[in-house]
Amino acid sequence: MSLDTPKFSDFDALYDAENAKVATEMYEDPDLFKEEMDRIFKKTWVWVAHESEFPDKGSFKLSQVGLDPVIVVRDRKGKIHCMVNRCRHRAATVCEVKQGKTSSFQCPYHGWGYGLDGSLRAVPYPEQYGDDFDKSQHGLLKLRTESHEGMVFATFNEDAEPLVDFLGPEVCRYMTLFMKQGGGFPVKVLGEHQFQVPMNWKVQLENTTDAYHFPIVHKSFMQTLDEKTEDLFAFMDKNEGWVEDLGNGHSIMMMMPSRADLDDRLDDPIEPRFEWLAEEIRKEGYSEEQVKKIVLAVGGPGFNMNLFPNVSFSLSFFRVLTPIAVDKTDIRHMALGMDGGPKIANQTRLRLHEHFQGPMGFGSPDDAEVWERVQRGTQGGEELPILVNRGIVDEEPGVMGPRGHVSSETGMRAAYKMWKRMMEQEA
Amino acid sequence: MTEMSKLDPKALLADVTEFLWQEADILDRKDYDAWIDLWLKEGIYILPIGDGEDYENQLNLCYDDDKMRRMRVDRFKRGFSISSAPAADTVRTVSRIVIESAEGDVIKLRAAEHLVEDKFGRQRMWAADLFYTLRKTDDGFKLERKIAKLLNSDGMLNSFSYLF
Repeated sequence: MSLDTPKFSDFDALYDAENAKVATEMYEDPDLFKEEMDRIFKKTWVWVAHESEFPDKGSFKLSQVGLDPVIVVRDRKGKIHCMVNRCRHRAATVCEVKQGKTSSFQCPYHGWGYGLDGSLRAVPYPEQYGDDFDKSQHGLLKLRTESHEGMVFATFNEDAEPLVDFLGPEVCRYMTLFMKQGGGFPVKVLGEHQFQVPMNWKVQLENTTDAYHFPIVHKSFMQTLDEKTEDLFAFMDKNEGWVEDLGNGHSIMMMMPSRADLDDRLDDPIEPRFEWLAEEIRKEGYSEEQVKKIVLAVGGPGFNMNLFPNVSFSLSFFRVLTPIAVDKTDIRHMALGMDGGPKIANQTRLRLHEHFQGPMGFGSPDDAEVWERVQRGTQGGEELPILVNRGIVDEEPGVMGPRGHVSSETGMRAAYKMWKRMMEQEA
Repeated sequence: MTEMSKLDPKALLADVTEFLWQEADILDRKDYDAWIDLWLKEGIYILPIGDGEDYENQLNLCYDDDKMRRMRVDRFKRGFSISSAPAADTVRTVSRIVIESAEGDVIKLRAAEHLVEDKFGRQRMWAADLFYTLRKTDDGFKLERKIAKLLNSDGMLNSFSYLF
């Protein structure tokens, strides 16, 4: 191999799409990880925040786009900006508060001050920079920022297609359905569970539309549910659901088609497990129609949707992945509630979230364990492929791409197809 | 004048220390049935996130009433949870005990906990502030409320296969 041959040119060897085989290096090679950060995370739309995290003018939070730390902030006119957390003078971070409210960002080192839109406003003792110093050229490095259904995405790529085109019509349609769990109120982020897993980011990317693992990994969670609820999760046996490639690496796992659109269920009787909750909400003076809508919303919709490359909608929460290193990934599970909805409904949502999610949930620790076991397993048998071919035998055409059995690995194939498309483009 | 001044503060400190050390030992040995027995039925066990204290209306790492506490312990014991079969081994110390109040049968105190976990040949260290409400009964102290606030509760954590 000559020195000017790029190390990564044979992407077919890394992901064999025809046979749906993933090479071990995909989880293990630090050089490949760097390429992914350049060719994927610097090029595409990356989820950074939810609009409810910025209730006021000046509300901000820290986030990350690939390996770049960014600040996401709402300015005085209500517009949301995303910019790299690095002073244009000597590179110090201008903000180390995770979330809060401010009127400006000031570098602690030499006092350069930036507005909420990232523009450079003030430079102490500017005379030594001369008359031709142009402040407008020294604002914080801005990313393009666009939102859809309250989800805020940013990209370094000025040439990227508009966000809604990247998401595509089917993703946009399902996003609208997902947000119906606001129960007539705006969806609000109530808090987040954060945990780091010693795994490559793609191990997580594969997981959210993987139904095959659910009855195995989450057996101990299922055992803590009552029979009715347990039955709700028996989607593997019913053969009603499906997994579908929604284009651009996105995929949906429809576990309970009857709960795809919560509005279709408004005439159903209230589930016995939530009868007590309905009674509590009635006491607060809501109409019977609202009570039904809110109780349905508490139960959440019946699908998971994975967006390439870093966010997914998982029944009733957002799951965000942040690559840290080739074998290290940060995971955030964001609990959602109803902004202005009944207190008891939001409390119930919080307790349900704590039941499954996070470092002490009855589900997430088991997910984290098997993800780490994948990373540990790939230390051996380097020449063996990772198989994502399940369900390829009986896939049928869907709206945007193939649709397979609910336990098929169609979603993983969708993600790896996009991975390859992006990696084959020059950085 | 609180009742504390009527008690012998050193004797009370010795009594609660004995209880906290007994609980720490139970948790390291994962003798969860014995741990459940330390609780009053109405007791609440909380691992909060951040500095908020409106636990009922905020997201916590766990917010366990009697039912959730029993389910949690049951999940650990049954052996179907891959993350707790086997669980990480732990060694912990509880110290820096400060009694905040002792009124009637109710004693409120805080303490420091250091815990080291070992799994997959890797050790991780955690520190937590513990806040207890104990009730004195004929059967010794019982837990009415226990809040274990990790030093980095709002930071990036790992999953836990044991209790704090």
